[in-house]
Amino acid sequence: MNAVNFQLKGSVVTAIVLELYQYDPETFATDLKDRVQQAPALFEHSAVVISMDKFDGSYDLINFITLVKQCRDAGMQPIAFRGGEKHLQSAIRSTGLAWLPSTGARNNDRELEAPAATPEVEKVVETVVEKVVEEKVVHRASKVLTRPVRSGQQFYAQDADLIVLTNVAEGAEVLADGHVHVYGALRGRALAGVRGDKSARVFCQSLEAELVSVGGVFMLSDELRERCWKQPSYVSLDDDQLTISKI
Amino acid sequence: MAKIIVVTSGKGGVGKTTSSASIGTGLASRGFKTVIIDFDVGLRNLDLIMGCERRVVYDFVNVINTEASLNQALIRDKRIPTLSILPASQTRDKEALTREGVQNVLDQLSKTFDYIVCDSPAGIERGAQMALYFADIAIVVTNPEVSSVRDSDRILGILQSKSRRAEKGEIIEEHLLLTRYNPQRVAIGEMLSVEDVKDILAIPLLGVIPESEAVLKASNQGTPVIHDQESTSGMAYDDAVRRLLGEDIPHRFVDITRKNFFKRLIGA
Ligand SMILES: Nc1ncnc2c1ncn2[C@@H]1O[C@H](COP(=O)(O)OP(=O)(O)OP(=O)(O)O)[C@@H](O)[C@H]1O
Ligand SMILES: [Mg+2]
Repeated sequence: MNAVNFQLKGSVVTAIVLELYQYDPETFATDLKDRVQQAPALFEHSAVVISMDKFDGSYDLINFITLVKQCRDAGMQPIAFRGGEKHLQSAIRSTGLAWLPSTGARNNDRELEAPAATPEVEKVVETVVEKVVEEKVVHRASKVLTRPVRSGQQFYAQDADLIVLTNVAEGAEVLADGHVHVYGALRGRALAGVRGDKSARVFCQSLEAELVSVGGVFMLSDELRERCWKQPSYVSLDDDQLTISKI
Repeated sequence: MAKIIVVTSGKGGVGKTTSSASIGTGLASRGFKTVIIDFDVGLRNLDLIMGCERRVVYDFVNVINTEASLNQALIRDKRIPTLSILPASQTRDKEALTREGVQNVLDQLSKTFDYIVCDSPAGIERGAQMALYFADIAIVVTNPEVSSVRDSDRILGILQSKSRRAEKGEIIEEHLLLTRYNPQRVAIGEMLSVEDVKDILAIPLLGVIPESEAVLKASNQGTPVIHDQESTSGMAYDDAVRRLLGEDIPHRFVDITRKNFFKRLIGA
């Protein structure tokens, strides 16, 4: 047996593409921070390719090393540059990142704005996705479910609160970018603030959940049993710790 | 237009075929033209419980594939003239059921029958989905134990998302039929109670069928247990049919009765 240290393989990876249109060192950093803050969970740990394909500003202002640092400071993980004019390549390489050839007018880069990042959901899910508006959403109607949520069903309220008038069964899952309210027994899973809103909460009439989560921090039923079990209660995030409180 | 009833459960062996046979019989004996269809292709069973296994020539799949006409495949019940059975095929698998094929057969049956009772196979796959897709009314058969209740809940979710009515934004009439109920075992906490199950599933209770030896005896004889009006399960099925037809009657055989208690005292 000869132990092989590695094998080389071709592979396709999914990355977020940061399509650079122009670059002003000051505004770039603040714009980037704003964008990441809208959906920190989306950008955390995901690879980013900085694309120069559609760059239309002044190259003189770009210091690529600073650009990469700004991305990292904002919580992104740049892995490569793509496209741009030939004479830039050596400057790009000096950042230590890879350079990928331009893909021409590659159309298969989906526009990845924060609100479009809908988690994979089953067919049964009725999402409230209408046309996603780019501007800040001022008010979005809550999604209201009048019938029990059954085992195997999943409902997601995008950019909104989810209100369930009766029970959420074991094996069912309810998610919302905002709060989750269950005016019956919560026996399945409930996740509030799924895209990073740490002020979101889960409210229920009787806490019997398999799992509750706020902003990605979760707690399982074994732990829940020791707090407010079968009581009207709510779940919130305080200093990144889940807190269960009686209503 | 016939009413299409699916008898379904998710979990296997909870009493779907037993219930389809008795409820179909109960409806037919009240004068409604009724047909019971065995959707359990590959695991034919209904014909045995109805006692017509030796008269099966053509089956449901033959009709779907237009290898036989409906009239050739339908079996008339020996006891009740308004009752027919459409048996499943034992030699095919569930892939033989196509949505168009099933719809065709149901459309034809709808013209002459008042009730079409669909005996669903276990599971949540193709066979079960085909059986429930066209339903107007669902009878969810559940045993008083946690896994059966969970599967029933799952099936209710599928009824609400993958049925024709759901697709049209209409609601399926849902009924809970709690079978193999044993009040003694509920009392000592070995089984879930009627209230426990109602609380979890939150749908109206059509009936509680007690666990009884009469059921096994009836299926061995090929006579649906509803014919045995001496037995508690036979009576409970008859009550369930009456409720299905809109009567409001109290549930029997749910508690350990005083009578049982005295019977035990005097050793009867
Ligand atoms: N009330 C009852 N009391 C006692 N035994 C029962 C009762 N109901 C059903 N049974 C028994 O349970 C077994 C399964 O019943 P049945 O075949 O009706 O279930 P099913 O749900 O149709 O099963 P499958 O999922 O395999 O189609 C049979 O042996 C039947 O005799
Ligand atoms: Mg069966």
